[in-house]
Amino acid sequence: MKLTGAEIFVESLKREGVKTIFALPGGVVLKIFDVLHQQKDVEVILTRHEQGAGHMAEGYAKATGKAGVALVTSGPGMSNVVTALVDAYMDSVPLVCFSGQVSTSLIGNDAFQEADNIGLSRPCTKYNFLVKDVNDLAVTIKEAFYIATTGRPGPVLVDIPKDVSMGKADFKYPGSVSIRGYNPTYEGNKWQIKQAAEAIMKSRKPVLYVGGGVIFSGASEELIELAEMMNIPVDMTLMALGAFPGEHPLSMGMMGMHGTYWSNMAVHYSDLVIAVGARFDDRVTGKVAEFCPHAKVIHIDIDPTSIRKNVNVDIPIVGDCKRVLQELNQILRATVNGEHKELRKPWWDQINEWKQAHPLTYEQDPNGPIKPQHLIKRLFELTKDRDPIVSTDVGQHQMWAAQYFKLAKPRRWLTSGGLGTMGFGFPAAMGAQAAFRDRLVLCIAGDGSVQMNTQELATAVVHKLPVKVVIVSNRFHGMVRQWQDLFYEGRYASSYLDVVPDFVKLAEAYGAVGLRATKVSEIDDVIREALAVNKPVFVDVPVDQYENCYPMIPAGGCNHEMILADPPELKKKQAASAKVVGEDKDTVLTA
Amino acid sequence: MEHIISVLVENKFGVLSRVAGLFSGRGFNIESLSVAPSLDPSTSMMTIVTSGEDRIIEQIVKQLNKLIDVIKVVDLNESEFVERETALIKVHTKPEDRAEALRIADIFRASVIDSTPTTYTIEVTGDINKIEAIINLLQPLGIKELVRTGRVAIAREPIRPAVAQPKRVVKD
Repeated sequence: MKLTGAEIFVESLKREGVKTIFALPGGVVLKIFDVLHQQKDVEVILTRHEQGAGHMAEGYAKATGKAGVALVTSGPGMSNVVTALVDAYMDSVPLVCFSGQVSTSLIGNDAFQEADNIGLSRPCTKYNFLVKDVNDLAVTIKEAFYIATTGRPGPVLVDIPKDVSMGKADFKYPGSVSIRGYNPTYEGNKWQIKQAAEAIMKSRKPVLYVGGGVIFSGASEELIELAEMMNIPVDMTLMALGAFPGEHPLSMGMMGMHGTYWSNMAVHYSDLVIAVGARFDDRVTGKVAEFCPHAKVIHIDIDPTSIRKNVNVDIPIVGDCKRVLQELNQILRATVNGEHKELRKPWWDQINEWKQAHPLTYEQDPNGPIKPQHLIKRLFELTKDRDPIVSTDVGQHQMWAAQYFKLAKPRRWLTSGGLGTMGFGFPAAMGAQAAFRDRLVLCIAGDGSVQMNTQELATAVVHKLPVKVVIVSNRFHGMVRQWQDLFYEGRYASSYLDVVPDFVKLAEAYGAVGLRATKVSEIDDVIREALAVNKPVFVDVPVDQYENCYPMIPAGGCNHEMILADPPELKKKQAASAKVVGEDKDTVLTA
Repeated sequence: MEHIISVLVENKFGVLSRVAGLFSGRGFNIESLSVAPSLDPSTSMMTIVTSGEDRIIEQIVKQLNKLIDVIKVVDLNESEFVERETALIKVHTKPEDRAEALRIADIFRASVIDSTPTTYTIEVTGDINKIEAIINLLQPLGIKELVRTGRVAIAREPIRPAVAQPKRVVKD
């Protein structure tokens, strides 16, 4: 029996085990929506903007480990989803995005709502397909999921012209595909792994530098075994949070630009950096030429291009983190003896000294303005027993969340790392909530970031996605203001938000719940109240507007040269700028 | 340092733009690029002439390999290779220069493939030194137009199979 392209599309999704897609219709994909409307196996979450659909699919993918699926229309539908594709490409998120296209006969004619979807998505997808013949549709969908979820994961776009979704073909879904130009390496080179094991045994000052690859590969257990067996401190990148338990004694917390003092010092003075599923991003390395100057570098990554892209590597191992670590652990298990503990005692003494010298710190005056760090710390303490999934937007609040929300397990942390996409957090949280209806999903947002996607409140309400959004409100694009404080002599060019909506009323306008805490003493109650409601909640928390995020390595600076607190002259400058900023300055906190 | 990289790719639409996009997006250099179907018509062979430090060349090779439509990448500089380029040179010839143009063509074993009362079109094939030498010699006569194919190169040992694997395997 022949099926239409639209039916083939839906059947193929079912074969891939897709339960939920995030979508927004338009002219050329109506046939597909019509078929989706008449079945119950695949839930369609109608978003209010295609960027939201893309980020929801990302949140879904990050939380589940499966490919997230978005469906958008041609032209503006496609161009709106591009940000999410770029984001997913940077952070290696498995995503399959389907875009509608004008009929094949019209392609290239500047038809209504036509865009070159393949051209638009080429630099921001792992691969993309234009399906020109309905007979190729099923195989193409199979290949799209295969490419998106294997090797180093990433987004794949499938562009489906209108006549392809309307046309008919026999439906046969392939059980497997192989593509001759695509053969990811999973097994690490044995000789190299042996070299790595020897280097680890010998090292006096080793550091594990782990990235998001550990999470994608599902290698947390192996990582914990390696760290515990060899007594190695674990530095995590922003993307890796949760890959290693945040409250584990060997956890060093986040490293990099706003990483902990001790994590950055440890990398700088280490004699062996063991990079696992990380890509030596500039936010981690600081000044590349002086990154870990005393260390030998082992680099385990599934993507050969990551190796030696930014820094020189002594022992490169291309392969899947999980399999390589398993093999590495096996060798180490056979050779390990008590000696390494003794060998590394001075190293741990040094690390503990660093930890005591400059802990993460803030001062919360019980009657003063709420410190953002305190808010996040309380949110963490009040929710950690419920093992929440936490998303963030991008900026200061994101860094504080990374510092203070110590996640215990992988796939709990949804954040936009590589691209730094403001507006990511809220829809990403909704995507995770759509995958796990009974779990607690939090979003830590900034008042600047969250405004980039508040339209999705409607989606959250309609589809009953009870995410809890805590808005760290400082009426600034805070990270921009911080850089202006430190590097632009406090001139707040376009970083002050003159008008911020009343988030409580905004949430209520959509039929969600809005709450607000204005005093330190109200934080706990408001959080508890938010957790008790089975609805999407916006919790607006006005915080100290001028709080800055430390430690901080200035862009291009060395990892051991961190700024640890506001320079003494800064407060004065802030006070001076405040007058320029606006007369309602003193009242904005209560909005 | 200059490298000649031979890239076996799927012969389908969009592949050239993926390769070109990779080079422009990552700021790699392309000095010349030539592409045409290979022995197996489902594939094309690209010859890319590029330059950069070793670390950059290593990245170029890895990034090319990462492209899904790329089947095989060979940095020809890692072994011995031979290279050729063809140029078509339209020379403006005054009556007194016509004999000189033919003499120069003769020296380079180039052939005249078109002739008008005021021009000769000369075809020359050789390595880059030869092409540049004949251009230099013809320039004083007045070159009206110059078209070059870009360089193609081949390793001196057979280090890659002439026929690629089947295009794609679909199993039930």
